[in-house]
Amino acid sequence: MDSRRVIDGLSTVLLWAAGFFIMGLLVFFLAYILGQGLPVLSLEFILSPSKEFEAGGGVGPQLFNTFYILFLSLLFSVPVGVGAGVYLAEYARPSRLTNLIRLSTECLATVPSIVIGLFGLIILVNIMGLGFTILGGAAALALLNLPVLVRVTEESLRAVPQTYREASLALGATRWQTVRRAVLPPALLGLVTGLTLVSGRAIGEAAVLIYTAGVSVSRHFPDLNPFVAGETLSVHLWYVRAEGLRPDADEIAAGTAALLILVVLAFNLLIGVPARIYQRRLLGKH
Amino acid sequence: MSLPGRLSNKKEYALDRFFGYVFVVSAVLVSLVIFSIIVFVAKQGLQTFGDIGFLEFHLGTDWDPPYRFGALPFILGSLGVTFLAVVLGAPLGLAGAIFMAKIAPPRVRELMRPATDLFVGIPSVVYGWVGLTILVPFVAERTGGFGFGLLVAGVLLAVMILPTVISISEDALRAVPRRLEMASYALGATRWQTIFRVLIPAALPGLVTAVILGMARAIGETMAVAMLIGNVPQIAKSLLEPTSTLTAEIILNMGQTPFGSTWNNALFYMALTLLLVSMFLIILIRFVVQRRTYDG
Amino acid sequence: MANKITVRNLNLFYGDTQALREVDLDIEQQQISALIGPSGCGKSTFLRVLNRMNDLIEGVRVDGQVLLDDEDVHGPEVDVVHLRKRVGMVFQRPNPFPMSVYDNVAYGPRIHGLKNKRRLDEIVENSLRDAALWEEVHDRLFRSALGLSGGQQQRLCIARLLAVEPEVLLMDEPSSALDPISTLKIEELLQELKKNYTIVIVTHNMQQAARVSDVTAFFLNGEIVESGKTDTLFTRPKDKRTEDYITGRFG
Ligand SMILES: Nc1ncnc2c1ncn2[C@@H]1O[C@H](COP(=O)(O)OP(=O)(O)O)[C@@H](O)[C@H]1O
Ligand SMILES: [Mg+2]
Repeated sequence: MDSRRVIDGLSTVLLWAAGFFIMGLLVFFLAYILGQGLPVLSLEFILSPSKEFEAGGGVGPQLFNTFYILFLSLLFSVPVGVGAGVYLAEYARPSRLTNLIRLSTECLATVPSIVIGLFGLIILVNIMGLGFTILGGAAALALLNLPVLVRVTEESLRAVPQTYREASLALGATRWQTVRRAVLPPALLGLVTGLTLVSGRAIGEAAVLIYTAGVSVSRHFPDLNPFVAGETLSVHLWYVRAEGLRPDADEIAAGTAALLILVVLAFNLLIGVPARIYQRRLLGKH
Repeated sequence: MSLPGRLSNKKEYALDRFFGYVFVVSAVLVSLVIFSIIVFVAKQGLQTFGDIGFLEFHLGTDWDPPYRFGALPFILGSLGVTFLAVVLGAPLGLAGAIFMAKIAPPRVRELMRPATDLFVGIPSVVYGWVGLTILVPFVAERTGGFGFGLLVAGVLLAVMILPTVISISEDALRAVPRRLEMASYALGATRWQTIFRVLIPAALPGLVTAVILGMARAIGETMAVAMLIGNVPQIAKSLLEPTSTLTAEIILNMGQTPFGSTWNNALFYMALTLLLVSMFLIILIRFVVQRRTYDG
Repeated sequence: MANKITVRNLNLFYGDTQALREVDLDIEQQQISALIGPSGCGKSTFLRVLNRMNDLIEGVRVDGQVLLDDEDVHGPEVDVVHLRKRVGMVFQRPNPFPMSVYDNVAYGPRIHGLKNKRRLDEIVENSLRDAALWEEVHDRLFRSALGLSGGQQQRLCIARLLAVEPEVLLMDEPSSALDPISTLKIEELLQELKKNYTIVIVTHNMQQAARVSDVTAFFLNGEIVESGKTDTLFTRPKDKRTEDYITGRFG
């Protein structure tokens, strides 16, 4: 028999196996996380405050802080990130400055999150003397989001056909009018998809937050004061395991892990689906 | 009957100019961020060498602060987990990407795309927790040790870099012009020959980029590694012995060392090392790997 | 008749390559001027000089004079945005925005500051009527313009342009991507529009040039070989190259 055929067949089998193995891994991870965690998840667990030394605490404040910090961090990073993305896609001409901006975005994107956390620690805690705060955590997290937002914005704007820009400019629109009215609307789906990506990553982030937002929560709940420390779900999962003061640490960890996954999934559904519908309307498909 | 003329458009011109500035300033801000990170982390980290010798730090194997600062165990630990992660994760990720790009029927592919995105959606503390509750006991039981060490950390990191490797290399494979493939099939090549001799070479810069970015992710990963590596400052003699990494050492000790102390500065220097390594990898991609695309 | 646009000694370079050489042309008020010539000879480039769309391309250099009502469009005082409102353009491929038919036509008036709903309705209807599209779309004004046929889309682009009340219409092969029936409709439309507008149309189709235009200019390798009354140019061309081209004996 032709050995070429044998090798071809064998490679096909192996590649299918790789594909299935990867999918299997994912299914296994999700099944394990949800299987361990869902039994722990009750409304009480999700909403009630945590306890320091006894069993039966929940993760209410941590869940709240997770969203609060995410929200604040997007408040900082979206204007700058989208602005820089628009600059690169719509305004930048090939130049030294443009190159430098591109290179710094790429570098920022690969900076390990722990390094960003330490940078936040130097500036916010040691130089500005704020201590561990929700605001500080959000600011540090914003730096992590920034390069992803820049890239996603630039990519979605570049995907908009050049003809829209020409048509708009040829009607006497200014550059800003063109960007706002002709380019941004069709790019919105891409932007929103990017935003869910960024949010998912931010929700799961811990290394940036441990030394900026801290590992404790306010005594009040919910506490909107951004100048108090604010432990998030991910940090809680880490801390519960690390210090092990609570007798039910295992259950809390399992529940927190499942809750994190569910929050990320929910985010994708809640933001991603409406965006897709909007896009469909834009393109005249009903 | 006429539309508002140029004078009534003054406001639009002002807005146009204003937003032009807003966008430039945003872009410049992004650059400033990375520069200030480098400056501040370096300023803090380099103070280490007021108290400790450069060689002692990089080559010393004895980590016993505040007396001895031999950081070699962490450096080797970081290199070790990264190496393992790439050796295990890159081939699997590349095979998965080839499968998705060229073998999988459209239905399977449509399923796998969002699925690999889900891998990204799993937070690294959750990866660490899974490793801690499954992998560590599993290994401990088989080997009679405690289970912590390079092996469990490396295996888990391999899973964690999969989505990076898969998505970037799949893009690279799809970007190869169809006519190249067609030419190969037309010469009677099998599918594997076409993949191996045409597709992979043509997509090589993208594939290498994918692996390097996976490497960057592995070396900077903190939470999962800190949960699995064992956190003992010693050079591991086997894959099953507990050891530590730069990232794990930073996250565990940053909180308990006073700012400005030698120990604390040493942790910042470790962060600086990670920062420089990740930037080196980006520059490698940009000026060596990607440049070769254009040479053909 | 008065000149709307006067071009003298126009040269244009894309980086080092020269795309237009010493071009002179008079474009008269309320007439249709056709630009013909083999592809790559600089017709589109020339058209894009007239409303400075070339400004958007990297490395373009222009010298010479382009006067719009005696004002040099490249002059330091000129407001490009306003220039483009006065000199509008229809592109080779229909390029409606991914918005409703109504929003497409209202785009121009809105960016020029019109907010009044009743006035907008009026302008949209009038523009669509002037572009001979109203009958076909009046009952689907609020659905996406991308659902229209190619010919309808191109007329929508013309309506969108008319809504900003330009003085000059530049059209770059506006019917080359369309079927014969749509092409015919656009040609009829041009005859209507010329009563109020000055029109410059690029076409690779000599029959079209002969049918619709009053004046024709023949471009070759970035130069105007010959220009004049369309009847004359097509029946008694002065230059041998023009004759070769219009009789199809070319390259
Ligand atoms: N953006 C550009 N950059 C460089 N050269 C261009 C560009 N656009 C057109 N050209 C060149 O200018 C010449 C004229 O092109 P064009 O005006 O499009 O011709 P036509 O419309 O008559 O087919 C061609 O040789 C073309 O290659
Ligand atoms: Mg052309």
